[in-house]
Amino acid sequence: MKSQISLQLNGDKVSAEVESRTLLVELIRQRLGKTGTHIGCDTSQCGACVVHMNGRSVKSCTLLAVQAQGADIVTIEGIAENGELHPMQQAFREHHGLQCGFCTPGMIMSALDLLKLHPDPDDREIREWLEGNLCRCTGYQNIVRSIKAGARAMRR
Amino acid sequence: MDAKAKAAAGARRGAAGSAVPHDSAHLHVSGEATYTDDILEPRGLLHLAVGMSQKAHARIRQLDLSAVRSAPGVVAVMTADDIPGENNCGPVVKDDPILAPGLVQYVGQALFVVAAKSVTQARKAVRLARVDYEELEAILDPLQALAAGSFVLPTETIRRGDSRSRIAKAANRLNGRLTLGGQDQFYLEGQIAMAMPREDGDLFIYSSTQHPGEVQHLAAAAIGRQSKDVVVECRRMGGAFGGKESQPALIACIAGLMANQTGKPCKLRLDRDDDMIMTGKRHDFVIDYEVGFDKDGRIEGIEFTFASRCGMSADLSGAINDRTMFHCDNAYFLGDVSIVSHRCKTHTVSNTAFRGFGGPQGMFAIECVVDDIARRLGKDPLDVRRHNYYGIGERDVTQYLQKVEDNLLHEITDILEKTSGYRDRVRSIREFNAGNPLLKRGIALTPVKFGISFTATHLNQAGALVHIYTDGSVHLNHGGTEMGQGLFTKVAQVVADELQIDIDRIKITASDTSKVPNASATAASSGSDLNGKAAQAAARKIKKRLIRFAAEHFSVGEGEVEFVNNEVRIGKKSIAFEKLIHLAWFARTSLSATGFYRTPKINYDRSTFSGRPFFYFAYGAAVSEVIIDTLTGEYRVLRADILHDCGKSLNPAIDRGQIEGGFVQGVGWLTSEELWWNDKGELRTHAPSTYKIPTSSDIPLEFNVTMLESTANREKTIYRSKAVGEPPLMLGLSVFQALRDAIHSVDGYGRLPELRAPATPEAVLDAVALQRNGEVRL
Ligand code: FES
Ligand code: FES
Repeated sequence: MKSQISLQLNGDKVSAEVESRTLLVELIRQRLGKTGTHIGCDTSQCGACVVHMNGRSVKSCTLLAVQAQGADIVTIEGIAENGELHPMQQAFREHHGLQCGFCTPGMIMSALDLLKLHPDPDDREIREWLEGNLCRCTGYQNIVRSIKAGARAMRR
Repeated sequence: MDAKAKAAAGARRGAAGSAVPHDSAHLHVSGEATYTDDILEPRGLLHLAVGMSQKAHARIRQLDLSAVRSAPGVVAVMTADDIPGENNCGPVVKDDPILAPGLVQYVGQALFVVAAKSVTQARKAVRLARVDYEELEAILDPLQALAAGSFVLPTETIRRGDSRSRIAKAANRLNGRLTLGGQDQFYLEGQIAMAMPREDGDLFIYSSTQHPGEVQHLAAAAIGRQSKDVVVECRRMGGAFGGKESQPALIACIAGLMANQTGKPCKLRLDRDDDMIMTGKRHDFVIDYEVGFDKDGRIEGIEFTFASRCGMSADLSGAINDRTMFHCDNAYFLGDVSIVSHRCKTHTVSNTAFRGFGGPQGMFAIECVVDDIARRLGKDPLDVRRHNYYGIGERDVTQYLQKVEDNLLHEITDILEKTSGYRDRVRSIREFNAGNPLLKRGIALTPVKFGISFTATHLNQAGALVHIYTDGSVHLNHGGTEMGQGLFTKVAQVVADELQIDIDRIKITASDTSKVPNASATAASSGSDLNGKAAQAAARKIKKRLIRFAAEHFSVGEGEVEFVNNEVRIGKKSIAFEKLIHLAWFARTSLSATGFYRTPKINYDRSTFSGRPFFYFAYGAAVSEVIIDTLTGEYRVLRADILHDCGKSLNPAIDRGQIEGGFVQGVGWLTSEELWWNDKGELRTHAPSTYKIPTSSDIPLEFNVTMLESTANREKTIYRSKAVGEPPLMLGLSVFQALRDAIHSVDGYGRLPELRAPATPEAVLDAVALQRNGEVRL
């Protein structure tokens, strides 16, 4: 069954006809062409596909596209402002919070959600928050460091 | 780099030795970095799905694909019979069919391929196949294989002296059996390839691969063409860890064959479960040993028998198991030695490369042995380890007769023992354990000595291609691939140094078989050693031409032309780099060059396993402390201290990332990551829900990583740096040994702890029970 949905993607109104089984991540990547949101496990374990829906982080491989009807979706492509990297993006770059970079968009989107709850998180809070985001490359140290630096920059 | 250039280097962006961010970092963080699945899809793209064997060992009586063919959206179906060329994706031995031809040898083996208009249609159609299997007896683990004499390659042996009689005469003896699990690479980006037909029957393949050249050769052979007819490109991988050394050939050959058959672009992306079921992993081992040692714990003679699960084909198992034999000394002089290595054929997925490439398994073995020796003698394991370290100027020849010339073990251990407060902590842990019946702590310091070079000597070569355009910007290409390790950044730093320009003038470009041919896999930690030197050679060729031109043009001596900080000093004046380039071009100077490098000094005779397989060794050590709950088997790593040798680092930030990530990956291998097959040969841990790689909350609460300062590589590597990709993985051994230490305390440091790897909480609980009661309670 197909249905017509419309939503906001990174501030733009978009609409698409989707199958009822189409996943949000498929809509974002294949139909709307935003490939910064990655698929790492297909089964809501790895967090590579994290986006914001109405301001909170969600795993877009776990939601149906139709569930996003009327929602405000923000992907990694939507957080830079006026062509300037977001302070959290900047922090991941400068503090080497990435290696292959495949987990990075999901990590950044998750981190931004954490900061809404705890603008000044400590190491433990960050580590616990990130349990749903896997990274196979970095050993997480630099990711934690980056998030702290990003949080500092955002508080300024 | 001369001193003057070095002083000026501060003013240049991206000089060698500086901690510049990863060249793609701005793309990674913005979501713009293009992985293979992100490449703009071409018109008419078909999506592929693979039909996999459900039996471990069976003849196919009938493969009925009629329902598959008529499923919605299906455009084409392919079986082994449809392959026009060679049905093989084996890298060394041709024993790895792309599609099983009538006989299946593991659960998950590719049987047929479906091309459909959408991914869902392809994956759904695959399920409609009716396969009639005639089941055959399946051999599933190394012990069964040993009993049946089932091997993928002949058994190999290294002998030195007379280990039998040395052990017999020794004051003390120990023997035992160790079991050691495998590990899934779990690159975050799964296996993927997209193949496009080109004119005249040619193919262009985007492949997420550490070895584009091999994909090219195998895909060309599969479609019955020559290597010249296929181009393979890879800009970056979302992680690889060895899992994309030989394995991508299967994926890319399937995509290439289907593109060839349909004349349409074809993409195959495995989902995570299929990826884990279908592709190879780190070899698991059963290891028997017997060792003789003196009253101080010094090893006099040792015998190892290694039996690894290679799976159904040879793949890279030859070189991997060779490396196990080369690394079962780790840091220790073994005296008289006998090492037997069985490469067992089993009806399971063919095991393959994974960071360390057999080395970690050998090092695991000797670390357990040395630890047991210390425990048997009631000595501190660190003392016994140090007592067995390779000497400097004595006891310095490995079992394969390479002299250890660059030994940093003593220096590293001296420093780390102090900075980590090892001795005091041992004391306080003993006190803690005496007063705590339920919680037990343990600590261990383990060293790493890892040989750098491909053990197959011919692979130690690399090529690069450098162009300079008339505006002074540079195009850089080499045979290495980028999987997140920062190779592209490091090589660009080298070229930036050679030409004395900012790194952002250099365009780093995708690995491409049409630019640099016949490149070796980016593996064996050798990426920057080989490609850095090749790129340096290319840059120097052009620079030499530029110097000659400048000297002539400005009538000065060649010695008066010097490249410094984006400028060129010519006699008394200075001109901008790009100005010189433009003048040189105008005067018809070639601004393009290839560079080539082959590692010097190495040579060894595989028939006797002797010589110099390694150009040099990389060293490191780690101290880890754990706490276990003896009621549940759960544990935490409380603290880890690492000191690691990167030579003169090309990029300290990148190297540090390798150390941290490698350590955590090694800890995962030995603790939480458990591959579990049932008695039908089905892998039951094939998704992150059941297969647990470390998460952010698993890493040590206190994690101190330091790089050994200013130790230039003794050998003339690129700017005297050292390879850093694999060695840190084995620092994770310290956590396993710390767990043994904690378990040993359960009966007041009595019987030798028996802990299997991976040390899941279940395994720890079993070991605790054994320690306490002398048996494993169920
Ligand atoms: S792809 Fe969504 S959590 Fe892994
Ligand atoms: S940087 Fe590779 S998975 Fe995180």
